[in-house]
Amino acid sequence: MTVSETTMNQPVTTVPMLSVRGLQKIYKVPGGDVEAVRDLTFDLAEGELVCLVGPSGSGKTTLLKCISGLMEQTSGTVELAGSKVTGPPKSMAVVFQEYGRSLFPWMTVRANVELPLKNQKVPKAERTALVDAALTAVGLSHVPKSYPWQLSGGMQQRVAIARAVAYRPQVLLMDEPFAAVDAQTRADLEDLIRTIWKDLGITILFVTHDIDESVYLGERVIVLSSSPTVVQEDLKIDLPAERDQLNTRALPRFMELRSHVYAEIQRAKLGPVTEQITAQRTAGRA
Amino acid sequence: MSPLKRIAYFFGLPVLLIILWWALSFGSTNFFVPKPVELAQTLWTTWIGDRFFDDVLPSLGRLAVGLFFAIALGIVLGLLIGSTRWLRNLLEPLLEFFRAIPPPVLVPLLMLLIGVNDSMKIAVIISGAIWPVLLNTVEGVRAVDAVLSDSCRSYGIRGFARIRYFVLPAVTPQIMAGVRQSLSIGLILMVISEMFASSSGLGFTIVQFQRNFAIPEMWSGIVVLGLIGLGLALIFQFVERRVLHWYHGLKEITHDS
Repeated sequence: MTVSETTMNQPVTTVPMLSVRGLQKIYKVPGGDVEAVRDLTFDLAEGELVCLVGPSGSGKTTLLKCISGLMEQTSGTVELAGSKVTGPPKSMAVVFQEYGRSLFPWMTVRANVELPLKNQKVPKAERTALVDAALTAVGLSHVPKSYPWQLSGGMQQRVAIARAVAYRPQVLLMDEPFAAVDAQTRADLEDLIRTIWKDLGITILFVTHDIDESVYLGERVIVLSSSPTVVQEDLKIDLPAERDQLNTRALPRFMELRSHVYAEIQRAKLGPVTEQITAQRTAGRA
Repeated sequence: MSPLKRIAYFFGLPVLLIILWWALSFGSTNFFVPKPVELAQTLWTTWIGDRFFDDVLPSLGRLAVGLFFAIALGIVLGLLIGSTRWLRNLLEPLLEFFRAIPPPVLVPLLMLLIGVNDSMKIAVIISGAIWPVLLNTVEGVRAVDAVLSDSCRSYGIRGFARIRYFVLPAVTPQIMAGVRQSLSIGLILMVISEMFASSSGLGFTIVQFQRNFAIPEMWSGIVVLGLIGLGLALIFQFVERRVLHWYHGLKEITHDS
Protein backbone atom coordinates (compact mmCIF):
# COMPACT_ATOMS: atom_id res chain seq x y z
CA MET A 1 0.00 0.00 0.00
CA THR A 2 1.46 3.34 -0.93
CA VAL A 3 1.51 6.48 1.10
CA SER A 4 -0.86 8.42 -1.14
CA GLU A 5 -3.64 5.89 -0.60
CA THR A 6 -3.42 6.00 3.16
CA THR A 7 -3.09 9.67 3.98
CA MET A 8 -6.27 11.62 4.31
CA ASN A 9 -5.88 15.32 4.91
CA GLN A 10 -2.14 15.47 5.36
CA PRO A 11 0.00 16.72 2.51
CA VAL A 12 1.48 13.86 0.54
CA THR A 13 5.18 13.55 1.17
CA THR A 14 7.53 11.52 -0.94
CA VAL A 15 9.50 10.19 2.03
CA PRO A 16 7.35 8.44 4.65
CA MET A 17 7.90 9.49 8.26
CA LEU A 18 8.44 5.91 9.32
CA SER A 19 9.30 3.14 6.93
CA VAL A 20 9.65 -0.51 7.90
CA ARG A 21 11.07 -2.76 5.17
CA GLY A 22 11.33 -6.54 5.37
CA LEU A 23 11.85 -6.51 9.12
CA GLN A 24 12.83 -9.86 10.60
CA LYS A 25 13.81 -10.76 14.14
CA ILE A 26 15.17 -14.12 15.15
CA TYR A 27 15.99 -14.70 18.80
CA LYS A 28 19.02 -16.90 19.36
CA VAL A 29 18.09 -19.10 22.28
CA PRO A 30 19.60 -22.31 23.58
CA GLY A 31 17.98 -25.20 21.71
CA GLY A 32 17.36 -23.41 18.44
CA ASP A 33 16.33 -20.09 16.98
CA VAL A 34 12.92 -18.54 17.48
CA GLU A 35 11.60 -16.41 14.67
CA ALA A 36 9.43 -13.80 16.37
CA VAL A 37 8.94 -11.52 13.37
CA ARG A 38 9.27 -12.93 9.86
CA ASP A 39 8.80 -10.21 7.29
CA LEU A 40 7.13 -6.89 8.05
CA THR A 41 6.79 -4.05 5.59
CA PHE A 42 4.70 -0.93 6.13
CA ASP A 43 4.93 2.86 6.03
CA LEU A 44 3.59 5.67 8.19
CA ALA A 45 3.12 9.03 6.54
CA GLU A 46 3.83 12.20 8.48
CA GLY A 47 1.04 12.97 10.92
CA GLU A 48 -0.65 9.58 10.69
CA LEU A 49 -2.14 7.71 13.63
CA VAL A 50 -1.81 4.01 12.91
CA CYS A 51 -2.77 1.11 15.16
CA LEU A 52 -0.98 -2.20 15.06
CA VAL A 53 -3.18 -5.00 16.27
CA GLY A 54 -2.41 -8.69 16.47
CA PRO A 55 -3.09 -11.76 18.56
CA SER A 56 -1.15 -12.03 21.80
CA GLY A 57 2.31 -13.39 21.21
CA SER A 58 2.45 -11.98 17.70
CA GLY A 59 5.73 -10.20 18.29
CA LYS A 60 4.20 -6.73 18.70
CA THR A 61 6.61 -5.72 21.43
CA THR A 62 9.56 -7.15 19.51
CA LEU A 63 8.54 -5.11 16.48
CA LEU A 64 8.22 -1.93 18.52
CA LYS A 65 11.62 -2.47 20.13
CA CYS A 66 13.20 -2.85 16.70
CA ILE A 67 11.47 0.27 15.39
CA SER A 68 12.51 2.30 18.43
CA GLY A 69 16.12 1.21 18.06
CA LEU A 70 16.14 -0.52 21.45
CA MET A 71 16.76 -3.88 19.83
CA GLU A 72 18.63 -4.84 16.70
CA GLN A 73 16.66 -6.62 14.00
CA THR A 74 18.06 -9.71 12.29
CA SER A 75 17.40 -8.32 8.83
CA GLY A 76 15.43 -5.57 7.14
CA THR A 77 15.50 -1.84 7.74
CA VAL A 78 13.68 0.83 9.72
CA GLU A 79 13.90 4.38 8.46
CA LEU A 80 12.82 7.51 10.28
CA ALA A 81 12.25 10.45 7.91
CA GLY A 82 14.60 8.89 5.39
CA SER A 83 17.48 8.02 7.72
CA LYS A 84 18.21 4.54 8.97
CA VAL A 85 17.47 3.73 12.61
CA THR A 86 20.48 2.08 14.26
CA GLY A 87 19.92 3.15 17.86
CA PRO A 88 17.20 5.05 19.73
CA PRO A 89 16.62 8.12 17.52
CA LYS A 90 16.42 11.58 19.02
CA SER A 91 13.07 12.42 17.48
CA MET A 92 11.22 9.38 18.74
CA ALA A 93 9.53 8.76 22.08
CA VAL A 94 8.19 5.50 23.45
CA VAL A 95 5.38 4.96 25.96
CA PHE A 96 5.58 1.52 27.52
CA GLN A 97 2.81 -0.67 28.87
CA GLU A 98 4.39 -0.95 32.32
CA TYR A 99 3.81 2.62 33.50
CA GLY A 100 4.89 1.64 37.02
CA ARG A 101 8.30 0.67 35.70
CA SER A 102 8.87 3.41 33.16
CA LEU A 103 8.69 6.40 35.52
CA PHE A 104 11.45 7.17 38.02
CA PRO A 105 9.97 6.57 41.48
CA TRP A 106 12.55 8.86 43.13
CA MET A 107 11.49 11.85 41.05
CA THR A 108 8.36 13.95 41.27
CA VAL A 109 5.93 13.98 38.37
CA ARG A 110 7.42 17.25 37.20
CA ALA A 111 11.01 16.02 37.40
CA ASN A 112 10.07 12.90 35.46
CA VAL A 113 8.59 14.92 32.62
CA GLU A 114 11.48 17.36 32.70
CA LEU A 115 14.37 14.89 32.72
CA PRO A 116 14.64 14.15 28.98
CA LEU A 117 14.61 17.90 28.27
CA LYS A 118 17.20 18.57 30.94
CA ASN A 119 19.32 15.84 29.41
CA GLN A 120 19.06 17.59 26.05
CA LYS A 121 20.21 20.85 27.63
CA VAL A 122 16.97 22.67 26.82
CA PRO A 123 17.17 26.11 28.54
CA LYS A 124 15.36 26.35 31.86
CA ALA A 125 12.64 28.80 30.81
CA GLU A 126 11.75 26.81 27.72
CA ARG A 127 11.84 23.61 29.72
CA THR A 128 9.42 24.96 32.29
CA ALA A 129 7.02 26.09 29.58
CA LEU A 130 7.15 22.73 27.80
CA VAL A 131 6.62 20.75 31.00
CA ASP A 132 3.71 22.98 32.05
CA ALA A 133 2.08 22.64 28.65
CA ALA A 134 2.52 18.86 28.59
CA LEU A 135 1.14 18.41 32.11
CA THR A 136 -1.84 20.60 31.25
CA ALA A 137 -2.42 18.67 28.03
CA VAL A 138 -2.74 15.38 29.90
CA GLY A 139 -4.80 16.95 32.70
CA LEU A 140 -2.18 16.67 35.42
CA SER A 141 -1.28 20.30 36.07
CA HIS A 142 -2.47 19.90 39.67
CA VAL A 143 -0.04 17.16 40.78
CA PRO A 144 3.49 18.21 39.67
CA LYS A 145 4.94 17.73 43.16
CA SER A 146 3.51 14.25 43.71
CA TYR A 147 5.53 11.14 43.16
CA PRO A 148 4.37 8.74 40.44
CA TRP A 149 3.62 5.97 42.92
CA GLN A 150 1.19 8.25 44.75
CA LEU A 151 -0.99 8.33 41.63
CA SER A 152 -3.40 5.82 40.15
CA GLY A 153 -2.35 3.66 37.21
CA GLY A 154 -4.17 5.78 34.68
CA MET A 155 -2.60 8.95 36.04
CA GLN A 156 0.85 7.39 35.97
CA GLN A 157 0.36 6.56 32.32
CA ARG A 158 -0.68 10.18 31.79
CA VAL A 159 2.65 11.23 33.27
CA ALA A 160 4.47 8.94 30.84
CA ILE A 161 2.45 10.45 27.98
CA ALA A 162 3.23 13.97 29.22
CA ARG A 163 6.92 13.09 29.28
CA ALA A 164 6.71 11.92 25.68
CA VAL A 165 4.73 14.99 24.61
CA ALA A 166 7.09 17.46 26.31
CA TYR A 167 9.97 15.82 24.46
CA ARG A 168 8.37 16.97 21.16
CA PRO A 169 9.06 13.81 19.16
CA GLN A 170 8.25 13.46 15.47
CA VAL A 171 7.12 9.90 16.05
CA LEU A 172 5.44 8.57 19.17
CA LEU A 173 5.46 4.81 19.69
CA MET A 174 3.04 3.32 22.19
CA ASP A 175 3.33 -0.28 23.30
CA GLU A 176 -0.07 -1.41 24.61
CA PRO A 177 -0.10 1.63 26.87
CA PHE A 178 -3.59 1.07 28.26
CA ALA A 179 -3.52 -2.70 28.71
CA ALA A 180 -3.08 -2.40 32.46
CA VAL A 181 -5.62 0.33 33.31
CA ASP A 182 -9.33 -0.06 34.04
CA ALA A 183 -11.94 0.31 31.31
CA GLN A 184 -13.21 3.79 32.19
CA THR A 185 -9.74 5.25 32.54
CA ARG A 186 -8.91 3.57 29.30
CA ALA A 187 -11.67 5.35 27.42
CA ASP A 188 -10.46 8.70 28.78
CA LEU A 189 -6.90 7.95 27.79
CA GLU A 190 -7.95 6.93 24.27
CA ASP A 191 -9.65 10.27 23.80
CA LEU A 192 -6.57 11.96 25.23
CA ILE A 193 -4.40 10.32 22.57
CA ARG A 194 -6.76 11.47 19.80
CA THR A 195 -6.69 15.03 21.17
CA ILE A 196 -2.91 15.13 21.49
CA TRP A 197 -2.51 13.69 18.02
CA LYS A 198 -4.80 16.33 16.52
CA ASP A 199 -3.25 19.20 18.48
CA LEU A 200 0.38 18.36 17.88
CA GLY A 201 0.22 16.77 14.45
CA ILE A 202 2.75 14.10 15.41
CA THR A 203 2.96 10.63 13.88
CA ILE A 204 1.74 7.93 16.26
CA LEU A 205 2.19 4.17 16.03
CA PHE A 206 -0.09 2.60 18.61
CA VAL A 207 0.32 -1.10 19.38
CA THR A 208 -2.60 -2.87 21.02
CA HIS A 209 -4.23 -6.27 21.31
CA ASP A 210 -7.65 -4.66 21.75
CA ILE A 211 -9.61 -4.70 18.48
CA ASP A 212 -12.15 -2.04 19.49
CA GLU A 213 -9.38 0.23 20.65
CA SER A 214 -7.49 -0.10 17.39
CA VAL A 215 -10.56 0.76 15.29
CA TYR A 216 -11.65 3.60 17.57
CA LEU A 217 -8.22 5.23 17.68
CA GLY A 218 -6.62 4.62 14.32
CA GLU A 219 -6.83 6.27 10.96
CA ARG A 220 -5.43 2.99 9.76
CA VAL A 221 -5.20 -0.45 11.35
CA ILE A 222 -2.42 -2.88 10.50
CA VAL A 223 -3.41 -6.43 11.43
CA LEU A 224 -0.51 -8.72 12.24
CA SER A 225 -0.51 -12.48 11.89
CA SER A 226 0.51 -14.71 14.78
CA SER A 227 4.20 -15.45 15.21
CA PRO A 228 6.30 -15.61 13.00
CA THR A 229 4.70 -12.31 12.18
CA VAL A 230 3.81 -10.83 8.82
CA VAL A 231 1.35 -8.06 7.92
CA GLN A 232 -1.99 -9.78 7.48
CA GLU A 233 -3.95 -6.75 6.47
CA ASP A 234 -3.53 -2.99 6.18
CA LEU A 235 -6.96 -1.48 6.69
CA LYS A 236 -8.05 2.15 6.30
CA ILE A 237 -10.47 3.31 9.01
CA ASP A 238 -12.97 5.58 7.28
CA LEU A 239 -14.68 6.87 10.42
CA PRO A 240 -15.32 10.58 11.00
CA ALA A 241 -12.31 12.48 12.38
CA GLU A 242 -14.27 13.63 15.45
CA ARG A 243 -14.61 10.48 17.51
CA ASP A 244 -16.73 9.99 20.55
CA GLN A 245 -16.81 7.03 22.90
CA LEU A 246 -20.61 6.69 22.67
CA ASN A 247 -21.56 7.75 19.16
CA THR A 248 -18.56 6.52 17.20
CA ARG A 249 -18.72 3.12 18.80
CA ALA A 250 -22.43 2.93 17.93
CA LEU A 251 -21.90 3.69 14.23
CA PRO A 252 -22.75 0.79 11.86
CA ARG A 253 -19.43 1.39 10.11
CA PHE A 254 -17.56 1.00 13.41
CA MET A 255 -19.31 -2.35 13.94
CA GLU A 256 -18.41 -3.45 10.43
CA LEU A 257 -14.76 -2.51 10.77
CA ARG A 258 -14.48 -4.06 14.19
CA SER A 259 -16.07 -7.34 13.00
CA HIS A 260 -13.75 -7.34 10.04
CA VAL A 261 -10.65 -6.90 12.20
CA TYR A 262 -12.01 -9.48 14.61
CA ALA A 263 -12.39 -12.01 11.81
CA GLU A 264 -8.87 -11.24 10.61
CA ILE A 265 -7.45 -11.80 14.10
CA GLN A 266 -9.31 -15.09 14.39
CA ARG A 267 -7.88 -16.11 11.07
CA ALA A 268 -4.43 -15.02 12.25
CA LYS A 269 -4.78 -17.18 15.34
CA LEU A 270 -5.46 -20.28 13.24
CA GLY A 271 -1.91 -20.31 12.07
CA PRO A 272 0.82 -18.38 10.38
CA VAL A 273 -0.02 -17.42 6.84
CA THR A 274 2.54 -16.61 4.25
CA GLU A 275 2.55 -13.19 2.74
CA GLN A 276 1.54 -14.48 -0.68
CA ILE A 277 -1.69 -15.97 0.60
CA THR A 278 -2.50 -12.76 2.46
CA ALA A 279 -1.81 -10.74 -0.63
CA GLN A 280 -4.07 -12.96 -2.72
CA ARG A 281 -6.91 -12.78 -0.24
CA THR A 282 -6.62 -9.03 0.12
CA ALA A 283 -6.59 -8.68 -3.63
CA GLY A 284 -9.60 -11.01 -3.92
CA ARG A 285 -11.61 -8.95 -1.47
CA ALA A 286 -10.77 -5.69 -3.21
CA MET B 1 3.08 7.78 66.14
CA SER B 2 3.06 10.83 68.38
CA PRO B 3 6.45 12.19 69.49
CA LEU B 4 5.68 11.35 73.12
CA LYS B 5 4.91 7.75 72.25
CA ARG B 6 8.07 7.53 70.13
CA ILE B 7 10.19 8.74 73.02
CA ALA B 8 8.48 6.23 75.30
CA TYR B 9 9.29 3.42 72.88
CA PHE B 10 12.86 4.61 72.47
CA PHE B 11 13.68 4.83 76.18
CA GLY B 12 11.20 2.29 77.58
CA LEU B 13 13.21 -0.91 77.46
CA PRO B 14 16.62 0.65 78.29
CA VAL B 15 15.16 2.32 81.40
CA LEU B 16 13.48 -0.93 82.46
CA LEU B 17 16.71 -2.89 82.01
CA ILE B 18 18.73 -0.36 83.99
CA ILE B 19 16.22 -0.57 86.86
CA LEU B 20 16.43 -4.38 86.75
CA TRP B 21 20.21 -4.21 86.66
CA TRP B 22 20.25 -1.80 89.59
CA ALA B 23 17.97 -4.07 91.64
CA LEU B 24 19.94 -7.25 90.88
CA SER B 25 23.35 -5.70 91.56
CA PHE B 26 22.15 -3.79 94.64
CA GLY B 27 23.79 -5.87 97.36
CA SER B 28 26.58 -7.28 95.23
CA THR B 29 30.13 -6.97 96.47
CA ASN B 30 31.72 -8.65 93.46
CA PHE B 31 34.37 -6.32 92.05
CA PHE B 32 33.71 -7.51 88.47
CA VAL B 33 30.00 -6.72 88.52
CA PRO B 34 29.32 -3.14 87.54
CA LYS B 35 26.60 -1.10 89.25
CA PRO B 36 24.57 1.49 87.35
CA VAL B 37 25.18 4.49 89.59
CA GLU B 38 28.91 3.83 89.98
CA LEU B 39 29.23 3.11 86.28
CA ALA B 40 27.58 6.41 85.38
CA GLN B 41 29.99 8.21 87.71
CA THR B 42 32.99 6.35 86.25
CA LEU B 43 31.73 7.09 82.75
CA TRP B 44 31.70 10.77 83.54
CA THR B 45 35.07 10.96 85.32
CA THR B 46 36.89 8.65 82.89
CA TRP B 47 35.74 9.97 79.56
CA ILE B 48 34.75 13.58 80.02
CA GLY B 49 37.93 15.62 80.02
CA ASP B 50 41.35 14.97 78.48
CA ARG B 51 40.51 11.43 77.46
CA PHE B 52 37.68 12.67 75.30
CA PHE B 53 40.09 14.74 73.22
CA ASP B 54 43.06 12.34 73.41
CA ASP B 55 41.30 9.05 72.79
CA VAL B 56 37.64 9.34 71.84
CA LEU B 57 37.86 12.10 69.24
CA PRO B 58 40.87 10.64 67.36
CA SER B 59 39.12 7.26 67.28
CA LEU B 60 35.93 8.83 65.97
CA GLY B 61 37.94 10.78 63.42
CA ARG B 62 39.60 7.66 62.07
CA LEU B 63 36.26 5.87 62.03
CA ALA B 64 34.65 8.74 60.10
CA VAL B 65 37.46 8.94 57.54
CA GLY B 66 37.59 5.15 57.17
CA LEU B 67 33.84 4.84 56.71
CA PHE B 68 33.74 7.74 54.30
CA PHE B 69 36.35 6.16 52.03
CA ALA B 70 34.87 2.67 52.41
CA ILE B 71 31.43 3.92 51.37
CA ALA B 72 32.63 6.24 48.60
CA LEU B 73 35.03 3.68 47.13
CA GLY B 74 32.45 0.94 47.50
CA ILE B 75 29.85 2.93 45.57
CA VAL B 76 32.20 4.13 42.81
CA LEU B 77 33.82 0.72 42.28
CA GLY B 78 30.46 -1.00 42.60
CA LEU B 79 28.90 1.19 39.89
CA LEU B 80 31.89 0.60 37.65
CA ILE B 81 32.04 -3.17 38.15
CA GLY B 82 28.28 -3.59 38.10
CA SER B 83 27.80 -1.81 34.79
CA THR B 84 30.68 -3.47 32.94
CA ARG B 85 29.91 -7.10 32.26
CA TRP B 86 33.47 -8.26 31.49
CA LEU B 87 34.86 -6.49 34.53
CA ARG B 88 32.23 -8.12 36.70
CA ASN B 89 32.98 -11.61 35.37
CA LEU B 90 36.69 -10.98 35.76
CA LEU B 91 36.56 -9.65 39.31
CA GLU B 92 33.80 -11.64 40.96
CA PRO B 93 35.90 -14.64 42.15
CA LEU B 94 38.62 -12.29 43.35
CA LEU B 95 36.19 -10.10 45.28
CA GLU B 96 34.71 -13.12 47.02
CA PHE B 97 38.22 -14.18 47.99
CA PHE B 98 39.19 -10.83 49.50
CA ARG B 99 35.86 -10.45 51.21
CA ALA B 100 36.37 -13.79 52.96
CA ILE B 101 39.61 -12.62 54.60
CA PRO B 102 38.91 -11.36 58.13
CA PRO B 103 40.36 -7.84 58.25
CA PRO B 104 42.00 -8.25 61.71
CA VAL B 105 44.54 -10.66 60.20
CA LEU B 106 45.57 -7.84 57.89
CA VAL B 107 46.60 -5.59 60.78
CA PRO B 108 50.21 -6.90 61.13
CA LEU B 109 50.61 -6.85 57.37
CA LEU B 110 49.32 -3.31 57.04
CA MET B 111 51.57 -2.26 59.93
CA LEU B 112 54.54 -3.46 57.91
CA LEU B 113 53.36 -1.91 54.69
CA ILE B 114 52.00 1.41 55.93
CA GLY B 115 53.62 1.74 59.33
CA VAL B 116 52.13 2.26 62.77
CA ASN B 117 50.05 5.36 62.21
CA ASP B 118 46.57 6.69 61.51
CA SER B 119 46.72 5.65 57.86
CA MET B 120 47.18 2.03 58.87
CA LYS B 121 44.17 2.16 61.19
CA ILE B 122 42.06 3.82 58.52
CA ALA B 123 43.21 1.20 56.00
CA VAL B 124 42.06 -1.56 58.37
CA ILE B 125 38.62 0.05 58.65
CA ILE B 126 38.33 0.46 54.87
CA SER B 127 39.52 -3.09 54.18
CA GLY B 128 36.60 -4.48 56.15
CA ALA B 129 33.85 -1.91 55.75
CA ILE B 130 34.07 -1.61 51.96
CA TRP B 131 32.69 -5.07 51.15
CA PRO B 132 29.01 -4.80 52.03
CA VAL B 133 28.72 -1.51 50.11
CA LEU B 134 30.76 -2.72 47.15
CA LEU B 135 29.05 -6.07 46.70
CA ASN B 136 25.57 -4.67 47.30
CA THR B 137 26.17 -1.94 44.73
CA VAL B 138 27.37 -4.46 42.14
CA GLU B 139 24.31 -6.61 42.81
CA GLY B 140 22.01 -3.59 42.66
CA VAL B 141 23.40 -2.30 39.36
CA ARG B 142 22.96 -5.73 37.84
CA ALA B 143 19.31 -5.78 38.88
CA VAL B 144 18.18 -2.34 37.64
CA ASP B 145 14.77 -2.39 36.01
CA ALA B 146 14.82 -3.26 32.30
CA VAL B 147 11.86 -1.04 31.41
CA LEU B 148 13.39 1.99 33.16
CA SER B 149 16.65 1.22 31.41
CA ASP B 150 14.82 1.18 28.05
CA SER B 151 13.10 4.46 28.94
CA CYS B 152 16.52 6.03 29.53
CA ARG B 153 17.86 4.71 26.25
CA SER B 154 14.89 5.86 24.22
CA TYR B 155 15.25 9.37 25.63
CA GLY B 156 18.97 9.39 24.95
CA ILE B 157 19.95 9.44 28.63
CA ARG B 158 23.43 7.97 28.54
CA GLY B 159 26.78 8.00 30.27
CA PHE B 160 27.10 10.21 33.32
CA ALA B 161 23.48 11.41 33.16
CA ARG B 162 22.31 7.79 33.19
CA ILE B 163 24.38 7.09 36.32
CA ARG B 164 23.26 10.26 38.04
CA TYR B 165 19.55 10.20 37.30
CA PHE B 166 18.91 6.49 36.92
CA VAL B 167 21.48 3.97 38.17
CA LEU B 168 22.61 5.66 41.37
CA PRO B 169 19.11 6.43 42.71
CA ALA B 170 17.90 2.98 41.64
CA VAL B 171 20.71 1.29 43.56
CA THR B 172 20.41 3.48 46.67
CA PRO B 173 18.23 0.99 48.59
CA GLN B 174 20.92 -1.68 48.19
CA ILE B 175 23.69 0.80 48.93
CA MET B 176 21.99 1.82 52.17
CA ALA B 177 21.55 -1.81 53.20
CA GLY B 178 25.30 -2.21 52.63
CA VAL B 179 26.13 0.96 54.56
CA ARG B 180 24.16 -0.28 57.55
CA GLN B 181 26.41 -3.35 57.74
CA SER B 182 29.53 -1.31 57.06
CA LEU B 183 28.88 0.94 60.05
CA SER B 184 29.04 -1.88 62.56
CA ILE B 185 32.01 -3.52 60.82
CA GLY B 186 33.76 -0.14 60.88
CA LEU B 187 33.20 0.27 64.61
CA ILE B 188 34.56 -3.21 65.34
CA LEU B 189 37.63 -2.58 63.21
CA MET B 190 38.20 0.81 64.78
CA VAL B 191 38.61 -0.93 68.14
CA ILE B 192 40.70 -3.80 66.74
CA SER B 193 43.04 -1.49 64.82
CA GLU B 194 43.82 0.28 68.11
CA MET B 195 44.54 -2.88 70.04
CA PHE B 196 47.85 -3.53 68.29
CA ALA B 197 50.89 -1.29 68.61
CA SER B 198 48.90 1.76 69.58
CA SER B 199 49.25 4.35 72.29
CA SER B 200 45.91 6.08 72.11
CA GLY B 201 42.31 5.57 71.06
CA LEU B 202 39.27 3.90 72.53
CA GLY B 203 40.39 0.36 71.74
CA PHE B 204 43.80 0.94 73.24
CA THR B 205 42.38 2.51 76.39
CA ILE B 206 39.85 -0.26 76.99
CA VAL B 207 42.53 -2.95 76.64
CA GLN B 208 44.74 -0.90 78.94
CA PHE B 209 42.01 -0.79 81.60
CA GLN B 210 41.51 -4.54 81.23
CA ARG B 211 45.17 -5.28 81.76
CA ASN B 212 45.34 -3.03 84.82
CA PHE B 213 42.20 -4.52 86.36
CA ALA B 214 40.48 -1.13 86.16
CA ILE B 215 37.21 -2.99 85.79
CA PRO B 216 34.70 -0.10 86.27
CA GLU B 217 36.67 2.00 83.77
CA MET B 218 36.74 -0.93 81.34
CA TRP B 219 32.96 -1.27 81.61
CA SER B 220 32.54 2.44 81.04
CA GLY B 221 34.63 2.16 77.85
CA ILE B 222 32.35 -0.58 76.61
CA VAL B 223 29.37 1.67 77.29
CA VAL B 224 31.05 4.44 75.28
CA LEU B 225 31.41 2.04 72.35
CA GLY B 226 27.75 1.13 72.65
CA LEU B 227 26.78 4.80 72.67
CA ILE B 228 28.87 5.43 69.55
CA GLY B 229 27.12 2.54 67.84
CA LEU B 230 23.76 3.98 68.85
CA GLY B 231 24.80 7.39 67.54
CA LEU B 232 25.82 5.88 64.21
CA ALA B 233 22.50 4.05 63.95
CA LEU B 234 20.58 7.26 64.62
CA ILE B 235 22.56 9.21 62.02
CA PHE B 236 22.03 6.37 59.58
CA GLN B 237 18.27 6.34 60.21
CA PHE B 238 18.09 10.09 59.74
CA VAL B 239 19.98 10.01 56.45
CA GLU B 240 18.20 6.90 55.18
CA ARG B 241 14.77 8.42 55.76
CA ARG B 242 15.70 11.43 53.69
CA VAL B 243 17.49 9.60 50.89
CA LEU B 244 15.01 6.75 50.58
CA HIS B 245 11.70 8.45 51.41
CA TRP B 246 10.48 7.52 47.90
CA TYR B 247 11.43 3.90 48.45
CA HIS B 248 9.54 3.59 51.72
CA GLY B 249 6.53 5.37 50.22
CA LEU B 250 6.55 3.08 47.21
CA LYS B 251 6.84 -0.02 49.40
CA GLU B 252 4.00 1.07 51.64
CA ILE B 253 1.71 1.60 48.65
CA THR B 254 2.53 -1.70 46.94
CA HIS B 255 1.86 -3.49 50.23
CA ASP B 256 -1.51 -1.80 50.62
CA SER B 257 -2.85 -2.76 47.23
